[in-house]
Amino acid sequence: MFLITKVDENNPLRFMSINKWTTALSILLIVASLATLAINKLNWGLDFTGGTLVEVGFSQPANLSELREVLEANDYGDAVVQNYGTQRDVLVRVPPRGEANAESIGDSLLRILQTNVDENLQIRRVEFVGPQVGEELAEAGGLALIVAVICILIYVSFRFEWRLALSAVAGLVQDVILILGIFSLFQMQVDLTILAALLATIGYSLNDSIVVADRIRENFRIMRKETPVSVIDISLSQTLSRTLVTSLTTLMVLVVLMLFGGQMIFGFAVAMSIGVLVGTYSSIFTRSTIVLALGISREDLMPPEVEKEGEDQEPVL
Amino acid sequence: MLNKFPLWKNLLVLFVVLFGALYALPNLYGEDHAVQISATRGGEVTMDTVAQVERTLQSAGIQTRGLTYESGQILVRLESDDDQLAARELLVSELGQQFVVALNLAPATPSWLAAIGGEPLKLGLDLRGGVHFLMEVDMEEALSKMRDSMLDSVRDRLRENRVRYTGVNADGNNIVVNLRSAEDYQRALGELRNQFEGYETRTDSSNNSITLVMTDQFLQETRANAIDQNITILRNRVDELGVAEPLIQRQGQDRIVVELPGVQDTARAKEILGATATLEFRFVDTDNDLQDAIAGRVPFGSRLFNVRGGGQQLLENRVILTGDHIVNASVGYDESNRPQVNITLDSAGGRLMTQATRGNVGRPMATVFIEFLATGETTEDGRIAFERIEEVVSVATIQAVLGSNFRITGVGSIQDAQNLALLLRAGALIAPIQIVEERTVGPSLGAENVRAGMTAIMAGFILVLIFMGIYYRKFGLVANIALLTNLVLIVGVMSMIPGATLTMPGMAGILLTVGMAVDANVIIFERIREELLAGRSPQQAISRGYENAFSTIADANITTLITALILFAVGTGSIKGFAVTLAIGIVTSMFTAIVGTRAIVNLAWGRQKRLTKLSI
Repeated sequence: MFLITKVDENNPLRFMSINKWTTALSILLIVASLATLAINKLNWGLDFTGGTLVEVGFSQPANLSELREVLEANDYGDAVVQNYGTQRDVLVRVPPRGEANAESIGDSLLRILQTNVDENLQIRRVEFVGPQVGEELAEAGGLALIVAVICILIYVSFRFEWRLALSAVAGLVQDVILILGIFSLFQMQVDLTILAALLATIGYSLNDSIVVADRIRENFRIMRKETPVSVIDISLSQTLSRTLVTSLTTLMVLVVLMLFGGQMIFGFAVAMSIGVLVGTYSSIFTRSTIVLALGISREDLMPPEVEKEGEDQEPVL
Repeated sequence: MLNKFPLWKNLLVLFVVLFGALYALPNLYGEDHAVQISATRGGEVTMDTVAQVERTLQSAGIQTRGLTYESGQILVRLESDDDQLAARELLVSELGQQFVVALNLAPATPSWLAAIGGEPLKLGLDLRGGVHFLMEVDMEEALSKMRDSMLDSVRDRLRENRVRYTGVNADGNNIVVNLRSAEDYQRALGELRNQFEGYETRTDSSNNSITLVMTDQFLQETRANAIDQNITILRNRVDELGVAEPLIQRQGQDRIVVELPGVQDTARAKEILGATATLEFRFVDTDNDLQDAIAGRVPFGSRLFNVRGGGQQLLENRVILTGDHIVNASVGYDESNRPQVNITLDSAGGRLMTQATRGNVGRPMATVFIEFLATGETTEDGRIAFERIEEVVSVATIQAVLGSNFRITGVGSIQDAQNLALLLRAGALIAPIQIVEERTVGPSLGAENVRAGMTAIMAGFILVLIFMGIYYRKFGLVANIALLTNLVLIVGVMSMIPGATLTMPGMAGILLTVGMAVDANVIIFERIREELLAGRSPQQAISRGYENAFSTIADANITTLITALILFAVGTGSIKGFAVTLAIGIVTSMFTAIVGTRAIVNLAWGRQKRLTKLSI
């Protein structure tokens, strides 16, 4: 349990005193993520590569190597076979082939498994994505991320000051890079639900940074004597318990989703959990560091003064 | 100071909550197993059919929970899924080919709720089980047929009028005519200008060349026609599959989405959807008597055909022309402004038509539409057996020797003309289709997904409720009431919106909004705590806490709403479901977390003048 303590304005938690270290950490993590993205690439799922996927439930626990042999003998040597969830559930993936009847590969896989392995197998899922559609989905996905970031940049600069907006968006970019880095490192599959998780993370992490930015703006306006560093420290301290409580409740439901939500939602929950952790880190450290580096000051955040008509003109009399 | 809402605000909160609860209510009643009976190809569901259905079920001893007859469909509710299967089998054999009997799950919503538009949540295919196909129409094929026929028409016209040309070629969708001399150019211009519907004439006199440019409007029309044609074909096919609530919809420029809930045998579905229709033109046999033929004396060289909508016709065995020669069929108006159908054939078709009609002016010609219907049986080699169904869809008298372009007049209303044009195009299969995406979810996985999703939502909910109760004590309980209300509102709103479906990622979205909806309350409560620590009185702390937190919460939620809208715009299927629940959840949670909790807080503590402590 957190204890509620009054934030002592003379002695807040000095978050910014370690910002050299957190900056170094951020740079390290980003470089590492980019490196693994460059070397290991991402394990793109069916949605983006195209191809065929069949998920079946056998009545007995499945012998994967036997399944592979059967498929190989039937001209599907390129199929990837793996357990999915339980011992009896098996997922077969076939990469896209340049054939005319690509849409019937799923049916032929099922027929092969039915005749050679288990007559009573249960069809759980069949997915076929044509290469054209896969490309379009990938394009639309990338576009969605970029459009989301731009829309948010516009909205936040309109509502806040450009330094706060830029730092908020920089944090988002860091979040996305780190999540993708982890996905690349562990070769977890990136499909449409991961895209949804990325966008949801953007929304979530922004939520966090807006709450902080709001408080920074408010404190700059009322604290006339504090330096920018201590204003930011005070703001972060004041919002810390809210940041942690919300992250905790969100993580709680995400862990529940991981445990009970089934296979289809597992990747989503993992991506989003990473997103919540990374987002919390970036809204406390990364964004504040960037705001300071951009040289924010009290004047930048004062409400615009209303100009009176003719004020800038010399009095006539 | 005291914290009080004006009466109207309290009433507003009460009204919104009751309204949401009312529309969430149908979800508690579950669904009945049912069979749905509708008519197909000329059949009609009448009161006689209703009586027949009742009789059939009664004699087989199958109990029903109710039978309704509405908008041309009969819905029979049954006690169990066994009864459902038995009833379907029975009705299929009893009613025959003119009716489709589909398995369905009918919401058991009480009639008073249904009367105000209440219905349970619509489940996506990943929760119900079923097939999703995305099909692409081959527009290139349609356009290239159109281009070839246009080239032929232009060449024919120049040749008939003895205009010599050096070349008639296609350039994209346009036709470029090159001529030898200025004189030929002038004559060609006279022949070609404004002679072809959908094409504009562009000239280049210095090069003696004329370009017929396809208008954008015509191009759009061609595309739309190709899509409509395929949608019509698919509708007929899907009817055969006996699917209860199919969705067939255009998507984007040249794609069609087909969703078939409950269908598991995708191989069969694909074969039925892919079966072709075709068309034949035949002369009506006017030398022999129709009544004689119906009585059994069918003359040699002729055959009896059924007419769509009832009746029979005696047609010659000789086929003048088949549908694959048709390039286009569209609706137009004749001189006296009556609807007509314009038909364009390719050049080979045009020649056949000219040969056949020469010397036959004044005779009636019939259009026969041929479809292949799945019989429900399989052939020896495991393929689906199809039955050939032929129907006369139009009979018209030949007024002149016909060529590549001709028209059928006297077709009745504009609606009839449109239907005929559609059938002609469908029979021609101008633009073939191909499956570019398939997603099938078996019923067992669907049911499993529902179970998993429900478990996750319950477990996540309980965890959050417990945490909030402990961490914010009595105010935590207020937030919990708001959370529960929020869930009811999300379900209510989703049930109310016709297009919203619940999907697996959608269920994750609901749970996520639970995690995030507490955020608004966390922000408010933390603020109240701060104000208390800053030495303000409890009543002031409540008031200032809500006031100061509002703009923060609004900003934070609007940005999340932006991402949800973007997800909705680019997402497909189940991801759209996520975006919808997320967006709805954001809006409802703002209401319950800000206005809802304030109403409760005001009622509980706002009237106490000597409040010294808050349980927060």
